[in-house]
Amino acid sequence: MVHEYEAIIVGAGGAGLYAAMEASARARTAVISKLYPMRSHTGAAQGGIGAALGNVEEDRPEWHAFDTVKGGDYLVDQSAAILLAEDAVRAVYDLENRGLPFNRTPQGRIDQRRFGGHTRNFGEAPVRRSCYAADRTGHMILQTLYQQCIKSGVEFFDEFHVLDVLIEGRKCRGVVALELATGEVHTFKAKAVLFATGGFGRMFRITSNALANTGDGPAVCARRGVPLEDMEFFQFHPTGIRGLGILITEAARGEGGILRNRKGERFMERYAPTLLDLAPRDMISRAILTELRSGNGMRGDGRIDDYVLLDTTHLGREVMEKKLPDITGFSRTYLGIDPTDTPIPIQPTAHYAMGGIPTDMDGRVLADGDGSVYEGLYAAGECACVSVHGANRLGTNSLVDLVVFGRRAGRHIADFVRKADLGPVPRDADEPARADMAKLLDGARGPHGGEIADEMEIVMMEKVGIFRNQADLDAAVDKVSELRGRWTEVRAQDGSRRFNRDILGILELRNLLDLSLLTATAARQRTESRGGHARDDYPERNDAQWLTHSLAWLQDGRVRMGAKAVDITQWKPKPRKY
Amino acid sequence: MRIVLRVRRFSPEEGPFEREYEVEVEPTDRVLDALLSVQGRQDGSLSFRRSCGHGVCGSDAMIINGRERLACKTLVRDVAVVEDAVVTLEPLRHAAVQRDLMVDQSELFARYRRVKPFLINDEAVDQGERVQSVAERAAFDDATSCIMCGSCNSSCPVLDGDPGYIGPSALVQAARFLFDSRDRGAADRMPVLDSPGGAWGCESHFDCTRVCPREIKVTKNINAIKRAIERRKEAHA
Repeated sequence: MVHEYEAIIVGAGGAGLYAAMEASARARTAVISKLYPMRSHTGAAQGGIGAALGNVEEDRPEWHAFDTVKGGDYLVDQSAAILLAEDAVRAVYDLENRGLPFNRTPQGRIDQRRFGGHTRNFGEAPVRRSCYAADRTGHMILQTLYQQCIKSGVEFFDEFHVLDVLIEGRKCRGVVALELATGEVHTFKAKAVLFATGGFGRMFRITSNALANTGDGPAVCARRGVPLEDMEFFQFHPTGIRGLGILITEAARGEGGILRNRKGERFMERYAPTLLDLAPRDMISRAILTELRSGNGMRGDGRIDDYVLLDTTHLGREVMEKKLPDITGFSRTYLGIDPTDTPIPIQPTAHYAMGGIPTDMDGRVLADGDGSVYEGLYAAGECACVSVHGANRLGTNSLVDLVVFGRRAGRHIADFVRKADLGPVPRDADEPARADMAKLLDGARGPHGGEIADEMEIVMMEKVGIFRNQADLDAAVDKVSELRGRWTEVRAQDGSRRFNRDILGILELRNLLDLSLLTATAARQRTESRGGHARDDYPERNDAQWLTHSLAWLQDGRVRMGAKAVDITQWKPKPRKY
Repeated sequence: MRIVLRVRRFSPEEGPFEREYEVEVEPTDRVLDALLSVQGRQDGSLSFRRSCGHGVCGSDAMIINGRERLACKTLVRDVAVVEDAVVTLEPLRHAAVQRDLMVDQSELFARYRRVKPFLINDEAVDQGERVQSVAERAAFDDATSCIMCGSCNSSCPVLDGDPGYIGPSALVQAARFLFDSRDRGAADRMPVLDSPGGAWGCESHFDCTRVCPREIKVTKNINAIKRAIERRKEAHA
C-alpha cells in the first residue's frame, strides 16, 4: 500500500511527538511507531528536565550550557549547548502550560532539584536545576505530548516498523514500513521524514533500555549510506538494579543518596571531591568499576559483575514517597527491599547513546563532515547527534534535547514542506524490504536469532563496556562481524503474516548488529580516553589528536571512518575535574 | 527451578488453542523473562507485547493465574512456589484477541479520546508558568500514574454485560484533568462523564483497584467524578 504525506515522523517518543505537534500545525503529518501510543521509552525517564528557571536558587542558562560542555568532556558543539540551555527554559514553561504536572514549591512554582554535573557559577557547587514530576518526569512528558497530538489531530500508524528509508542522491523521498497486524509492507511517500526512534542500549547485556530500543532509525539510515556520528560514546548509568539493569534515577543522589562500597566508604570522596555522588555519570561508573576491580564490591571477588550499594536510608519516608515513589516501588518489586531502610544493590547499566544520526541545529541530517545536508531528512532525540552531549551526557539533558530539538525539527519541517515537492518514488521502491521479508519466510531452516542476540549482548558488555582496550575491541569487531554473517542464515520460526513478532525481533537484531559493529569499530579507532569512552591503554584525553567528532559509514559490511570538527567557540578545553 | 507456562493461545488462522512450555527460571525472574526465554529458544511464534520490562510502559498486561498483572512486574516467586508449578497465561478480557496474548488496544485508546484527555485552558499565562499549590497538585497525583495498560478494563465486571460503559481506564484519565486546578474543561467533558455509560456506569466492584499495577485507587477516582458531577448540578440548580 502506498501513502502520501507532507511529513512522516518515525517514532512516537518525546522528540517525535513534539516534532509531530509542530509540523502538523502547517503540514499534513503522520507518525509511524512500532509501539502503541505512550509505550515509548521517553516514558521511562525518571529524574527530571534541566532548565535554569532559578525557581529555588539563582541559576543561569550560561551555567547550564557550560556544565553541558564540561560534562561532555569538551566534545559538545558549544553553540548547540548554548541554544539547548536557553531554549530549555522556554520548553519547560511550554510543557507546563500544556498541562505537565510538575512538582511544586511551597510558593506554587515548578520545583527543582540537584542532578549530576549541574552546578552554579561554572562548577562551584551543585545547583537545583532539574524540574521534575516525582520520579516519572518522562512519563508525564510523553503523556502530555501525546495528549497535545490528539488535540492537534495528528494521524498515527500504530505498530508499524520502519524497514527502509528512500534516499535518492541527497534527497529523502519517504520510508518503507511493515504493518505488524497484517504483515503488509507499506510505502510512505513524503516531502520530509524525521527519525526519532530513540536509543539502542539493547546491544548490551545489562541495560536500562526497553526491549524496543533497537536503533531502527540509525541502522536503516546507515544501511543507506548515511554516516553515524560519535558512535564510540555510549553512556553507562552508574545506578542500575543489580543483575536487571533497571534504572534507579540519579535524583536519588540528587536528593542526598550516597554510594558505598563493602567497607561502608563513601568512595566518591576519592574520585570527585567537590561534587561527590553528583559527579557526571561516566566518572561515577568508572569509579564503581575501579572499586569492583579492587575487590571493594560487596562480594569482593574483583569481578566486574560485582556490585556496590546506593544508600537512601537517611532520606526519610516522606522524601521517598513524594519525590522518589517509583524507584521505591521498583526496589520492593524486583529486590524485595524497602530503600527507606535497606540500601539498594546497584551496578552500572548501559543507558544512553551520545552518538547517532548527525544533524544540524534544525534536525537536518548531515551527509559528511563539511556540513552538507540530506534534503528532507531529519532526526531528533536520542537517535540523533547534534551534538549537545559530546562524550558524556549530563542527567536531565536527554529530555531537554528531545523537547528542544524535536520542536526545532518540527518547525523546520513545517517551513520546508511548503516549498518542497513530493519527489518521484519508483514503483518498486519497497522491493529490497519485500525481499528481506520473503527470505525470512522462505521456509528454509536456519538458526534462531535468540542465541546470536545473547552472544552480541555479552561481547558488547564485556569488551565494549566501561573500560576498553585494543585487544578487546579487536575481538569485539571480529565477533560482531561473525554474528552479522550468521544473521543472514536466520529464518522466522513463525510462518504467518499477521502479528508476526518473530520477524520483528529478527529485523531488530539486524539493526543492533549493524550498530554494534559501528560502535566497536569507532571505539577501536579512538586511541584516547574522553567522557564515556575510557581506554585502559590510552588513559588520557588527547586534544591534539582527538578533539574531533567521528563519523562512521557502513559500507559493504565494513566500516569507513571519517571526522567532523567540534564547535569550541565559547570555552577552551580544560582538564575535567569535579 | 522449573515451571510450566500454560498459555492460552490464538491465531487468526487456527483459532484458539493451548500450549504448555517448560522453562528453567530463577524465582526472582520476571514472568516476562520466562516468556522471552520461550520465544527466543523454544517457539518463535509465541506472541505477546512487551517493551520497558519494568512496569512503566503498559505493554505486557495479561491475566496471570487468573488475575490481571504486568508480566514484567510479576516475579516467578509471586505466582509459582513449588518445582514444576503451572503458571497460566491468558490475554486480557473485554478486548478482541489478535494473536496469543496480544489484544486489540484500539478500543482502549478510542475510549481514552472520548474524555478529551488534554489540558483545556485558553487563558493567557503571565510569568512563564501557571502557579499551582502543592495541595492542588496533590489532588490529582494518583491518576497521573496511569500507564494505560488496560488491566482495569479487563477486570471490570460491568463491562461483562454492558460494553457501552466507557470503563475505568478512561475515567481515571478524566479524573486526572477534572481535578487539575489548571483545567477549564469540566463542562466539555460532562456529556460523556454524566451519562449512564460514563461515571454512572461504575457499580463500585473495586476489581479495577485491586488489579491496577500502578496501585491507583481507580474506584475512588470514579467516585470523586460522580461527586464532582453532583456538585456541578447543585451549583447550577
